[in-house]
Amino acid sequence: MTNVITVPPSLDENSFEQVLEHMAAVPQDAKLLLDARHTRWASPYGLSALLTLGQTRDHTRPTLAVPEADDTASYWARANFFHYADDYFDLRGIVPKRGPSGDSQVLLELTPISNTDDIHDVVGRIQEKAQQILAKELGIDPKAIVGFAMTLSEVCQNIIEHAGRGGWVMVQTYNWAKRLGRRVVVIAVCDAGVGFRSSLESAGNAPADRWDDAAALEAAVIRGVSRFRDPGRGQGLAGVRKYVGRWGGKLSVRSGTARIAIVPDWDEDQPLEENLPYFPGAQIQVTIPERIAR
Amino acid sequence: MTNHIDLGTVLRQTLAANLYSNLVTRSTGAAVRTQIELLMKSSERALTIIDFSHVSMIDFSCADEVIAKLLLRASGGWDQETDVKADLKADLKADFETDVEAKGHRESYFVFRGMTDDHWDAIEAVLERHGLALVVERDSGMELVGVLEDCERRAFQAVKRRGRAESWELAGDLGEPEPAVRNALDRMWHRRLIMRSGDCYMPVGEVA
Repeated sequence: MTNVITVPPSLDENSFEQVLEHMAAVPQDAKLLLDARHTRWASPYGLSALLTLGQTRDHTRPTLAVPEADDTASYWARANFFHYADDYFDLRGIVPKRGPSGDSQVLLELTPISNTDDIHDVVGRIQEKAQQILAKELGIDPKAIVGFAMTLSEVCQNIIEHAGRGGWVMVQTYNWAKRLGRRVVVIAVCDAGVGFRSSLESAGNAPADRWDDAAALEAAVIRGVSRFRDPGRGQGLAGVRKYVGRWGGKLSVRSGTARIAIVPDWDEDQPLEENLPYFPGAQIQVTIPERIAR
Repeated sequence: MTNHIDLGTVLRQTLAANLYSNLVTRSTGAAVRTQIELLMKSSERALTIIDFSHVSMIDFSCADEVIAKLLLRASGGWDQETDVKADLKADLKADFETDVEAKGHRESYFVFRGMTDDHWDAIEAVLERHGLALVVERDSGMELVGVLEDCERRAFQAVKRRGRAESWELAGDLGEPEPAVRNALDRMWHRRLIMRSGDCYMPVGEVA
């Protein structure tokens, strides 16, 4: 029997949880069909997380029914989704050819991160587009541009340093009309590695009284704890947290069964969620909004 | 007596395929620092100018490797303020001291040139993390940045004005007790933020 999971019409950080809730009941070796035929929109997080989900199905290769809407499928192709999804899914439906990436909203297509050279490459590519799109179109302070590239570098390094396997990054701007009434730029980084809890446990950083995914996220994101004994470690996520705070942005990090968020005034997200459906690795989203006064 | 190290050049030498001028990632930082230390080892010069002019940006991890570790190792000190388990800290300190001994440790001074606001956020963060300070070359001359006590800042400015002076002269300039001024000067000398020759103190950057 094939387990069918419907991908939500709008696939983002929140709605991806619906996919994971359904996935929780599906054994690793069961046949799986992810039905995205009626999906019309996906955020960078949605696309990265979907690829990561494909990575986690080691035993049986799942099937993915691709979006039927031409513009949606075309966008997924331009974002490089199908190029990489082909490695993890049997794709069903009409898969558009990749075509030229002329989408000015996509600052960085889905890009695999598995080594240091990948990070140099994505940071360099972002810098080429950042001045035009972030400063001129989103009115983001030029001083924030360098910090944006630093943030991108640090969240990608999380994969190299802690995941133990490759992951994905994507950067895009879009109009967040419903929630914010403004445009935003979003970095999404997802991996299916060991996750924060196991990473910190490997260095003996687990306290005896309370230790779970939420505690591990609090330790790493809020207190800058690292699995390395080097006292200079742990500054990356601390720097990211400082950056999003300074520019009115949002940071959320999911790992295992918990999710922690640095929530700005304009958002109503929960600072900490526990007992979520298990998903391996770490999934990070950074959102920086357009400046109001331009 | 000055050794000039262009970080942009070191970065390109370190990463053969690097098309960009960004100091990013911890492993890149470690490789760049190793290269800097090799260049310093091959030179008898005690003063090294680290030039950021051709570096577009630096991230936190790379700044920790290139700036913080370089300063910590050169000053012969160890980060006492960080919350590391005692046995681990002892291990790290032993590694460091072995390293220093093997290299035949000598007084090494740094001046940082070409630092802009684009570099500062990451560098400031690592200086605060480790309680460090450094000498930076600006249009206005040499300045100290980072974690310093007020009395150290005042003493540095006094040394800068005089160029070369003993502690009692500087104490007179500042109108402060000589022992307190001497303590501040010696702390800065141990951190390689000023030079000392006999009883005289002098600014690091003035000879650059």
